[in-house]
Amino acid sequence: MDALPLSEPGANLPAPTVHASLRGVTRIYPGSPPVHALGPIDLDLAKGEFFAVIGPSGCGKSTLLDVLAGLSAASDGQVTFEGKPVAGNVPEGVGVVFQEDASFPWLSVSDNVAFGLRRAGVDPAEIKRRVDYAVGFMGLRDFARAFPMQLSGGMRQRVCIARTLVMQPRLILLDEPFGALDQQTRLLMGDELLRLWRETQATVLLITHALDEAAMLSDRVGAMSARPGRFVDLVETGWPRDRDSTLVAEAGFGALTARLWSHLRAESIKAIGGGRA
Amino acid sequence: MSATVAAPARVRRTTRRNFDQLLIVLVLLACWQGAYEYAGSVAVTSPAGTVAYAASMLGQMWFWGDVGATAIAFAYSLLIASVLGVALGLALGLWRFAADVTEPVLAALYTIPKVTLYPVILLLFGLGLSAKVAFGVIHGVIPITLFTLSAVKGLPPVLLRTARAMRLSPVQTILWVLTPAVLPEIFTGLRVGFSLTLLGVLIGEMFASQRGLGFLIINGINLHNVPLTTAVVLVIVLAAIGANVALLAADRHLRRQR
Repeated sequence: MDALPLSEPGANLPAPTVHASLRGVTRIYPGSPPVHALGPIDLDLAKGEFFAVIGPSGCGKSTLLDVLAGLSAASDGQVTFEGKPVAGNVPEGVGVVFQEDASFPWLSVSDNVAFGLRRAGVDPAEIKRRVDYAVGFMGLRDFARAFPMQLSGGMRQRVCIARTLVMQPRLILLDEPFGALDQQTRLLMGDELLRLWRETQATVLLITHALDEAAMLSDRVGAMSARPGRFVDLVETGWPRDRDSTLVAEAGFGALTARLWSHLRAESIKAIGGGRA
Repeated sequence: MSATVAAPARVRRTTRRNFDQLLIVLVLLACWQGAYEYAGSVAVTSPAGTVAYAASMLGQMWFWGDVGATAIAFAYSLLIASVLGVALGLALGLWRFAADVTEPVLAALYTIPKVTLYPVILLLFGLGLSAKVAFGVIHGVIPITLFTLSAVKGLPPVLLRTARAMRLSPVQTILWVLTPAVLPEIFTGLRVGFSLTLLGVLIGEMFASQRGLGFLIINGINLHNVPLTTAVVLVIVLAAIGANVALLAADRHLRRQR
């Protein structure tokens, strides 16, 4: 790995500048009755920060990601990315990885990864350079010519991550990307994710159900309430930037997950309609 | 290890399948020969006699003139049915409300015996190529539309969300994501549409045309030229089987990647 073509030349080290923000954001789905899915939410994501969101099922985590990505418009409030308003369209510089397998089954791994670059009219030599690097970075070099159906679920998810990475996003939004994977694969994929976060120096927002994943990967974790989703706690993890899954053995890891669980347990009981918290 | 075990098993399966297919062909030929023995040459010619007649017919210029007439009508019909069917299927599939309204109507139309519409087609298009093409199109367009529509409705929504996340325009999404994603199902629709369009063109030629293979069949029946009728049917069946085998192979190739 001699070059880092996944990040823009001169990409900065994390600085405490606001990269993306949500101000009083709500999302209400029209209908009868209308569904108040989210908010009001206030959140600032610092440039280069790794932020994880946990919350009970149906609390609006994915809605939060959709609104921040521009895939869905906020019903109220303001969303900005790099100081510009996000209004119903995905801004340049934002990459999204979904929970479901979004690899294109008719394209090989290489062609999947190159898809966005080709559509953007990037120079073929540059496409090859970025794709070769991303495919190697995600451990898919031996499968570059394979089709998604020949890959495992984890490998397909890596294809989707690589396809997002080659576009050099400055804000990466991940909607439970490892949700369908087994525990040990999730931990290892988490290590990969941390590695690419360090290399690209992008800002990352990760939606997850897994407390250990959120606690291990993030600089900050936001715990959301039952619907309509609001942040009930924002926890600074205090982990060094150069970290990996061995963190789970750290003394503070258990206390961190216990704190997150205390919120998640209470909100999950509310979400399923229980009376005790 | 598994590959070395799997290879002979695959060869055995292929051999068995080829043997079964050959057996079916032999049974059909035996039935044909039996029908000939039972009814005599006033109803059907023997397999050997039909092959001999067909071979001599292939050397006649008039026969190729009729083949050309059918081929032209079929090519126009298939082109129109395919373009119209795929475009309609994509549009309806993307517009969910329209799909919910039109799908049952199309399915009902699909079951109507199209030959009952033939008088209307004749009044609208007159005798000749345009009527044949119209009749071919109404046979082929509905299954192609239904297959395409069903494929678009069944498309995983995450692919369309991915297209949005990649900032593709609606047209780019249709060209670069939607169409390739549903291509195998579209191709299956085209394969079914191919057979039905050919059927429509041949029926059109049988009822109102002076040229084409359908006309040769009906002319053979009217003149009680049993060898001609049977030989033309044999040529059509063999051509249709050949085309279907090729389309099926292409269909399987497309699906193998999914």
